[in-house]
Amino acid sequence: MIAESGHYALVLALALALIQSTVPMLGAAQRDVALMNVGRSAALAQLVFAGLSFIALITLHVSSDFSVANVFENSHSMKPLLYKITGVWGNHEGSMLLWVSILALFGAMVAAFGNNLPLSLRARVLSVQAWVASAFYLFILTTSNPFARLATPPIEGRDLNPVLQDIGLAVHPPMLYLGYVGFSISFSFAIAALIEGRIDAAWARWVRPWTLMAWIFLTLGIAMGSYWAYYELGWGGWWFWDPVENASLMPWLAGTALLHSAVVMEKRNALKVWTILLSILTFSLSLLGTFLVRSGVITSVHAFASDPTRGVFILGILVLFIGGSLTLFAGRATALKQGGLFAPISREGALVLNNLLLTVSCATVLFGTLYPVIMEALDFKLSVGAPFYNLTFGPLFALLLLMVPFGPMLAWKRGDLVAAMQRLLAAGVASLAAIAIAWAWARGGSALAPLGIGLGVFVITGAIVDLVERTGIARVPFRTALHRTRGLPRSVWGTAFAHAGLGIALLGIVCETTWNSELISTLRPGDVRNLAGYQIKFDGMTQRQGPNFAEVVSTFVISEDGKQLSVMTPSKRSFATRGMSTTEAALMTRGVSQLYVSLGDTTADGGLAVRIYHKPLVLLIWFGPVLMAFGGLLSLSDRRLRVGAPQPARGLRGLQAAE
Amino acid sequence: MTLWFVFAVMTAAAIFAVLLPLGLGARTPSDGREAAVYTDQLAEIERDVENGLIGKVEAEAARVEIGRRLLAAADQENEVPVKASIGWRRAAAVLALIGVPVVALAVYLPLGSPQLPDFPLTARAAPPDGSQPLEALVSQVEQHLQKNPTDGRGWTVLAPVLARLGRTEDAIRAYRNMITYAGDGAAKRADLGEMIAAAAGGVVTAEAKAEFERAHALEADEPKSNYYLGLAAEQDGRKQDAAAIWLRLLSKAPADAPWRPLVAAALARVGGGEAPALPSEAMAAAKSMSEGDRDTMIRGMVDRLATRLKQDGGDVEGWLRLVRAYVVMGDLDKAKGALSDARQAVSGDAERLRQLNEGVKTFGLDG
Repeated sequence: MIAESGHYALVLALALALIQSTVPMLGAAQRDVALMNVGRSAALAQLVFAGLSFIALITLHVSSDFSVANVFENSHSMKPLLYKITGVWGNHEGSMLLWVSILALFGAMVAAFGNNLPLSLRARVLSVQAWVASAFYLFILTTSNPFARLATPPIEGRDLNPVLQDIGLAVHPPMLYLGYVGFSISFSFAIAALIEGRIDAAWARWVRPWTLMAWIFLTLGIAMGSYWAYYELGWGGWWFWDPVENASLMPWLAGTALLHSAVVMEKRNALKVWTILLSILTFSLSLLGTFLVRSGVITSVHAFASDPTRGVFILGILVLFIGGSLTLFAGRATALKQGGLFAPISREGALVLNNLLLTVSCATVLFGTLYPVIMEALDFKLSVGAPFYNLTFGPLFALLLLMVPFGPMLAWKRGDLVAAMQRLLAAGVASLAAIAIAWAWARGGSALAPLGIGLGVFVITGAIVDLVERTGIARVPFRTALHRTRGLPRSVWGTAFAHAGLGIALLGIVCETTWNSELISTLRPGDVRNLAGYQIKFDGMTQRQGPNFAEVVSTFVISEDGKQLSVMTPSKRSFATRGMSTTEAALMTRGVSQLYVSLGDTTADGGLAVRIYHKPLVLLIWFGPVLMAFGGLLSLSDRRLRVGAPQPARGLRGLQAAE
Repeated sequence: MTLWFVFAVMTAAAIFAVLLPLGLGARTPSDGREAAVYTDQLAEIERDVENGLIGKVEAEAARVEIGRRLLAAADQENEVPVKASIGWRRAAAVLALIGVPVVALAVYLPLGSPQLPDFPLTARAAPPDGSQPLEALVSQVEQHLQKNPTDGRGWTVLAPVLARLGRTEDAIRAYRNMITYAGDGAAKRADLGEMIAAAAGGVVTAEAKAEFERAHALEADEPKSNYYLGLAAEQDGRKQDAAAIWLRLLSKAPADAPWRPLVAAALARVGGGEAPALPSEAMAAAKSMSEGDRDTMIRGMVDRLATRLKQDGGDVEGWLRLVRAYVVMGDLDKAKGALSDARQAVSGDAERLRQLNEGVKTFGLDG
């Protein structure tokens, strides 16, 4: 009964989405309050039914009901409970169900917390949201139904792809989807505003918390995915310019640009058309990412769906929404009134430059991702890898980072570049010192590396200088400074943290790629190897039995100057049901550097092939994005973004929950 | 029935969610205004000035700009009054009342399987009558083997069952484990090879052939591996080799081997001559054959006998057998012909002629 109820709940969610996509739109045109309010209750009910359906699928996976094809294909009765649950979104059907559930969640959040929006705008936003939802409900029900049944249920399931049986997978896809799908809200706002035919500074303020929320989740989701690839795939790499990674990076770049241009629009009523376009592009890139991953156009770890009908269906959705929204944009954009003027050297100017660099780098990634696909369609096999991105994306981003500290230093409307440079003098000095130290200390590696470190330090100290300048700690009496610090809007803190996070991530990336040392060797028990000052002794191998896998664990004793530091136990797991094996790398963290041991094959004469890496400052790569997300969270908690602030207190208050 | 009740409740809840705001239409709920955003921005400028975050001049400029927006927003809001359109509301209510159930059923009925109950594993592990389906037993053995992968006996039990259930890939793995943990053997290798070939749709792949060769090396007369080696030769287009392998196999085979006809048929297929004659007692084995098969086999034997006697006519026993066979088969003309041939063949030997005539008496052939 659970299976069929879940199925029916999904169908009801579709029915509600169809109503939600028409009735409120009609209400907004007719200026009828009751009709417009249908959008609100329908969105909430849609969340209830989509949620029920998702919970039903989880229950089925947990109870190992193999009469459901999806459970049979992706679960196993011996799988640990955690992976029974995460296995729900470790497959195509389940992950699409998660996708629409999150879409329904965002719609319901607008319905519940959107009290500060004008009624007609809210009704239209919810309707547009329901268009997207309807398309995806139909997609799920017709091409990838997670509730399809098997009349004669097999006694045992086929198990989940072992690479996906990992804690990283428990967190990474939901985060990423919260990000991807979160941008659907800014898309819906943009379309609603275009239909309404009026866009003002207020629009930017209304849409910003949603964009910010999506951006935070996407940032964390990408960082999480990169860390998962780092420790689970066993190659020690953390970014492969894999099409699927690019698919998540592109909406992030566009979303970051959107976040910044929305600030200009909110403050100065300028860049309105551009901001609307970015909203559409960001969500379009999210859809494109979904298409690339789900259609099997690109074969990768993620493409567990390789079914042409699905691909064609998603392509249809893609064409419908991107084409439709851009057509609407083309029709309406000229009618939009342009707002505030500004000089080239100003905060606005800096943000325009930021947008320009972000969108161009996004375009290079898009080119690098789609070019091989197009060439393959024309029967040329080629791949675009790191060298391409190092030559295109790299310089663009370096330039962008160089500009980052200047932005917050410039005033709105008309800025003073010389004054900004003077204030950044301290940051410049710090960065030169860092370059000098890095040059003196570095042994080998690229000549660009010290420059990269200098750039990272410049961005970090730039963020600190910004805070120091605003609070005036260096200039005014301490009490005044303290007063100012308390009065500083949280969004200013958020900006500083997010920008510093960029610099920190850059430091990690430069150090890891330049001074990463690697040892590939065949070891016999008792052998000792040296790497980066550590002695690594191979002790031997033992067998162990996991819940649904057999494991060969190798033991390595790590010592430094004869003193034992730690025991590392990388392993190889073989999963009988799928006949696959995974490599579980072992990591030893010292400070923010890591020692990484990953196993290869055993040779015929009893030796064990081992890859050992020493990765200096590698953890900074992920610490940076976490700091950026934290900055986003601070900004989100800023009183200006709290929804419904000017109204009398009454029950739940908007996004305060996100603090 | 419960299921349809649950469906009905869910549908009602969905319809209710749409109807509720339509019913509450008279009330005007809280409505956000653009103006609120701008007053908020003004307040923020005050705070920033107070904290010394922006200068007085900048603040004044910003105030003017926001004030202008505030006025514009206020104008806009007075333009379009909210109104109630009862007709549209009724239409929406009807849409919800009819549309939701119709869409839901129209989509669900072709896709769903309302007649299927849930099958959670806990409910299926021990059926009420105590008997367990084969699949359940297999899965128990599999789980046991996952924990004790070195239990050779377990693999020996499991492998043929998996093979019969059609789980070829699993069976291959089970046979390999069986060989690893329960000792090597020609028959085991041959079974493994057979599974690999089955997985490849009956083609004896290089991998399968390697297993058969191992089996052959362990025990040259192992029949299954020999058969498949022949098949491999046939699939490679080496019909001569195939025939040679199968001929050797048949010549060494025990008379009652159940696979004899299979090999004979294969041999006939490659046109590699006739299978060696069965010893007479092999007829017992032929009894288990179907009518048609038996007939074909007997005719084949009789023809071979006739050919042999044409070259070596001195075998009285042979002639008698041939004549008897024709009589039994009801072919009296041939029987007479054979008899006259026999008489001619042994005409030079009085003793043999006497034996022949004695034997023929019982057949009731005149002349």
